[in-house]
Amino acid sequence: MTGFWQRRRIPLAWCLLTRQPVRLLVALAGISFAGILMFMQLGFRDGLFDASVTIHKLFDADLVLMSPRTMSSIGMASFPGRRLVQTLADPDVRGITPVNWNFLLWRNPETRATRSILALGFEPSDPLFVDPSLSEKARLLTQRDRVLFDERSRAEFGPVARWFREGRTVDSEVAGRRVRVAELVSLGPSFGADGNMITSSETFLRLIPSTPPGSIELGLIRLKPGADPALVAQRLEDSLPADIKVFTKDGFVEFEKNYWRSSTAIGFIFSLGAAMGFVVGCVIVYQILYSDVSDHLPEYATLLAMGYSLRSLVAVVAREGLLLALFGYGPAFLAGSALYGLVQSATKLPVAMDTERALLVFGLILVMCMGSAGLAMRKLVDADPAEIF
Amino acid sequence: MASADRFESPAGASHDRRDAVGGHPVPSHQEFPTVAVHDLCHWYGQGVNRRQVLQGVNLTISPGEVVLLTGPSGCGKTTLLTLIGALRQVQEGSVEVLGQELHGASRSLQQQVRSRIGMIFQGHNLLRCLTAEQNVQMGADLLQGLGYRARRDRAREWLRAVGLGDHLAKLPHDLSGGQKQRVAIARALAASPSLLLADEPTAALDRTTGREVVDLLKGLARDQGCGVLMVTHDPRILDVADRLVEMEDGQLREASLEQQAVG
Repeated sequence: MTGFWQRRRIPLAWCLLTRQPVRLLVALAGISFAGILMFMQLGFRDGLFDASVTIHKLFDADLVLMSPRTMSSIGMASFPGRRLVQTLADPDVRGITPVNWNFLLWRNPETRATRSILALGFEPSDPLFVDPSLSEKARLLTQRDRVLFDERSRAEFGPVARWFREGRTVDSEVAGRRVRVAELVSLGPSFGADGNMITSSETFLRLIPSTPPGSIELGLIRLKPGADPALVAQRLEDSLPADIKVFTKDGFVEFEKNYWRSSTAIGFIFSLGAAMGFVVGCVIVYQILYSDVSDHLPEYATLLAMGYSLRSLVAVVAREGLLLALFGYGPAFLAGSALYGLVQSATKLPVAMDTERALLVFGLILVMCMGSAGLAMRKLVDADPAEIF
Repeated sequence: MASADRFESPAGASHDRRDAVGGHPVPSHQEFPTVAVHDLCHWYGQGVNRRQVLQGVNLTISPGEVVLLTGPSGCGKTTLLTLIGALRQVQEGSVEVLGQELHGASRSLQQQVRSRIGMIFQGHNLLRCLTAEQNVQMGADLLQGLGYRARRDRAREWLRAVGLGDHLAKLPHDLSGGQKQRVAIARALAASPSLLLADEPTAALDRTTGREVVDLLKGLARDQGCGVLMVTHDPRILDVADRLVEMEDGQLREASLEQQAVG
């Protein structure tokens, strides 16, 4: 370390940048802007994908059974509930919860307009969500035709939450049957579902009489502590017939995200937005570094004449690129974090700064600055020491 | 100004030469001269526009010798300087600088030779973004094996030696033309060169400073055995020369010192 400190030279790259504060500010503004753009686009993209699994993440399950015909949460296929019961034979399985999952028409109690709502049906005595407050409310579902309404459902479903809090009895109609809101829960809308409601299996069957009894769309499996979910999933997959698929909870979440990622244009659109930010940043940094090299060409030539190697001059430009990346990233990170907070409070989209994205954007800014520096270096070849005498 | 002990600062290469050369600009015991130019020819342009600027130039500079080069403008003086300074490819003839043949020299050899040559340009060519001290240290930074502090102290010493001890932290922008020129001279000297090439170093200086600078260069030549080749039209400084050569139509001829000094 002392050796390095002793060997250091005049920090030419630093001096070149800081002695032209206006140019530096323009460069940093450009880089930060590009960084913010990338942060926002990637944040929106990931946020939208995360929004597609708001419900999925809430389930209290280590493993999830689904029909192999199920492609996403908006088209859940059913499978025989006894497959879920069969998993109890596995020594690592601690408990199960059969879940019905379907989209039903909810009538807005105010305007009488109908809208598709995600309805979940389960045995009120079984655990469903990780959040323990639900089991309290679930007891209310033992009565017939009672539902728990998601207060974060979109406004199009009617002022259910407001009415309920005002103490009014809120009755509505689901799939042509009269139901009563027993309590409010807080889940959040997702891509597929604008609103959610939870009810008992019994009520669910009454709402959709065509459902064969014992047929379910989702099977939640809880494992004993210490069991390896991936291992058990594999074991169940092998032992059960091919009419079901076993997912770990992460795999279940990823499966849903992947549906939206691969079969919609969302990923492409926002990645394109991020790419545009990247290109804009490249152009700005290249412009700055190129004019920097051009302006200082006689000085670079002087350095060559003094005996500095071309390589050391290339290193100066590279260091300028590195410094720009470091200084430009700071404001981009801060502004990005602030904007995430803003977006989150405005759209309820789960957008937040995470390490992975922070590193990705830093990597992109680094590539942007170093790439531009690499292009600007070519101008150094024009520095001719013979011209300066 | 150039006291002997300054040159005893840990510059490495200077010690042996100093012993060998002693106080006088005599051809030393070193096996090669500082500069040896033989039958050097140089052309500019191509095809019909091809124009010969140097026509068989011969020149030898011994360690510690101060050679002044005069001649009308456009006669090829600067071309000769750039060729000796390894800034331009040698086309025909031989240029041997500090024992290295520059005809057909590789880029890295050129760079290596350049780092041992101090150059003082007509335009000062200081780095605008660096202070006077940092500019001089850019020269000192080329020295191997010296710590940062040692190189910085060296830069300060040289700035004091050229009379700019009070202007260390000033940017070139805030210095007068003469001061900038002195910074450039300090920068060239801070790298402990074995050969000094100067193009009108005193043109921008007043009589007194010009004198001081020239004495400085002369002292360097004497104490470090550093050869000096100086292009000048300044009649006031001709007396520092050990030899005076005149260039005319791409050829060199020895001029007598007395004759020049009178005329």
